[in-house]
Amino acid sequence: MQEGTPLQSRQVNRELLVSILNSPKWFWMVISVLGLIVLIAMSAAGVLINQGFGVTGLNRPVMWGFFITNFVFWIGISHAGVMLSAILRLSKAEWRRPATRAAEILTVFSLLTAMLMPLIHTGRPWRTVYWIYTLPFVPYDYARGIWPNVRTPLVWDPSAVYTYLTSSILFVLVALIPDFAVLRDRTTGLSHRIYGMLAMGWQGNPRQWKLQIIAGVLLSALILPVFVSVHSIVSWDFGMAVSVKSWHSTIFAPYFVVGAVHSGVSAVALVLIVLRYIYGWQNYIRHEHIDALGRLLVVVATGWFYFFVMEVVFGFYGREADEIAVRNLQFMVSPWNIWMIIFVGITYFLPVSIWLSRSCRRNLWIMSVACISVNIGMWLERFLIIVPGLARKQLLTFDWYTYRPSLVEWLIVIGTFAMVSMLMVTIAKVVPLIPLYDIKEGEILRTEIKIGRVTVPATFRED
Amino acid sequence: MVTQRENHKWGMVVDLDRCTGCQACVVACQAENNIPINTQSYFQQRRAYEWIRIERYWEGEFPNVKARFIPILCQHCENAPCEPVCPVFATYHNDEGLNVQVYNRCIGTRYCSVNCPYTVRFFNFWQPQWPDRFRNQLNPDVTVRTRGVMEKCTFCVQRLRRGEVNVERRGLEPLTGERIPVADRKLNYRQMKEGNYMPACVQACPTNALQFADQHDETGPVKAIFEEANGQIETREHGGHVDEAHTRVYRLFEEVGTKPNLIYLKKVDAFPVDKRPR
Repeated sequence: MQEGTPLQSRQVNRELLVSILNSPKWFWMVISVLGLIVLIAMSAAGVLINQGFGVTGLNRPVMWGFFITNFVFWIGISHAGVMLSAILRLSKAEWRRPATRAAEILTVFSLLTAMLMPLIHTGRPWRTVYWIYTLPFVPYDYARGIWPNVRTPLVWDPSAVYTYLTSSILFVLVALIPDFAVLRDRTTGLSHRIYGMLAMGWQGNPRQWKLQIIAGVLLSALILPVFVSVHSIVSWDFGMAVSVKSWHSTIFAPYFVVGAVHSGVSAVALVLIVLRYIYGWQNYIRHEHIDALGRLLVVVATGWFYFFVMEVVFGFYGREADEIAVRNLQFMVSPWNIWMIIFVGITYFLPVSIWLSRSCRRNLWIMSVACISVNIGMWLERFLIIVPGLARKQLLTFDWYTYRPSLVEWLIVIGTFAMVSMLMVTIAKVVPLIPLYDIKEGEILRTEIKIGRVTVPATFRED
Repeated sequence: MVTQRENHKWGMVVDLDRCTGCQACVVACQAENNIPINTQSYFQQRRAYEWIRIERYWEGEFPNVKARFIPILCQHCENAPCEPVCPVFATYHNDEGLNVQVYNRCIGTRYCSVNCPYTVRFFNFWQPQWPDRFRNQLNPDVTVRTRGVMEKCTFCVQRLRRGEVNVERRGLEPLTGERIPVADRKLNYRQMKEGNYMPACVQACPTNALQFADQHDETGPVKAIFEEANGQIETREHGGHVDEAHTRVYRLFEEVGTKPNLIYLKKVDAFPVDKRPR
């Protein structure tokens, strides 16, 4: 039983295409403000590339800092797309419908942003050609038998992330075809031709629908292993480091995957709330959807919290002096212990206590506070794993140090947030962020007829 | 170029009982390997280049304190954690037991430094610079690294290469300058010995705390120490017990499983610090 009034197909088209066909006044203002922040971040990156890594706060024990934290964070956000589209599609959760498109597009953009971070992180981005783009047309030194080192997580990592990026883009495009056709029929001039090309001759006949549905289900199933592997492999960047005591742990892969879903789904819930507010999509993003996301998040957050506690418990259980040194820094030494308390509070206790109450789940303001706090907390989580682990790498106390991020690093990190927001706002002008056909399908499925005393669905799903 | 390069396995023994913490090795390394001048601000940023460094630890409580010194340099590990993590093979193990760094290949992921338990890998955070009067003092055998590149102790591989050329091509006895008979111009441990090839730090050490040799060298004391250390690893691998109280030989962070080619000999303390509370 779903809430809300039944929607007509015509009304769905009109209301969901409002973001594309109308140009609101605030659009260019938002774009220019975000673009300015991105430009500032780009000049900060330019300073970094020009001057060298000296302008960051990195030092000898702490060679990885804000950039790697940010990389892991954005990869984490990208896990929402598959979680909501593929997993909920395969498990036939009806409430996924309005959330899928926004989640998938957020996936693509956060992956693109995440892939920028290692480029900046090396300090000489043009050299990364030898690392990531090891395709035949790139001057890689094959002639002398020099190949990429397949033993390193840094080669597994781009492989996984690029596979994920490719499949996510494919996923979005397949799901977009019917909506592109709708747009093709409602635009003129150049945009008509572009949408026509993207719609690939979609007529909406039964054979095309069948193929589109098969492609969607197949991609959902195929993307699942990628979904699990991407953040597992990202976690192995840390888990495989034998010398960094607090990283070298077998629990990292599931811990990171669950954490990624936690932050990603929260981010999608936040995006949905913002979309509902700015485009007035009250009929589509209803309280029941946010409510369902909140209930899902209670489970995910608790799973994540289990892994978090286990990771700490394993650390103490070994009672090795070097591991205890890291934990001592994390839990006892200011300011790390303060950050630790804040992080656990805003990642688990605050949001879960909000999500446990039905009235809070249905209050969009409180929900957005919870979602923002989860994302700040998950960013802090990665930071509190990466930096204290390096600052207390081994027992040579002579080499212990701390890390103080510089202005350049702050600007670049803030710039990535502005960049993802800007890309989301821009894409809302080009494609409908709520799938039209999916909503219509949901409307058909929820039509009910009364037979005698019972109410039954008018349509049966044959699958 | 030399042609008949033999397989060596270079190793160093650091006798902590002899180390006085004088830092002569640090200076020698700095001069030999074109290491940029470590200014005060480099130290304050914790970005100083110290391919070999003397770590100083205090033992005991005041006034009963003793300074303890330990020279730490790249351990040239057999199972070096830095090697498998480099995506571009900028660091690898050569067949002479050296962990070598190819500066031109380095792209700057800094994973090797993250994964080094001894923190002996140094990243060029800034473009290295020397005062003008030092320009002509740079060692022509050693690459001047650029910014964004990882660097580390090489066991002075340039001295090894020069020694090889001296023996095989020029055929000169290193210390006396006599000609070596052609039949003896082999790059074995007999020719590549002290005087012909030794790292700058070993040469500079006034107390002979650092000893350097080919591990195949049967004449020197180094081989026996390495055999004892390898025996310890074998004993541990088979679950045996090593009586650490009665041996001076140990390797740094052996539990990480790196199997370093650098062995430390414990300090023999004639007058241990009195740790009883007063």
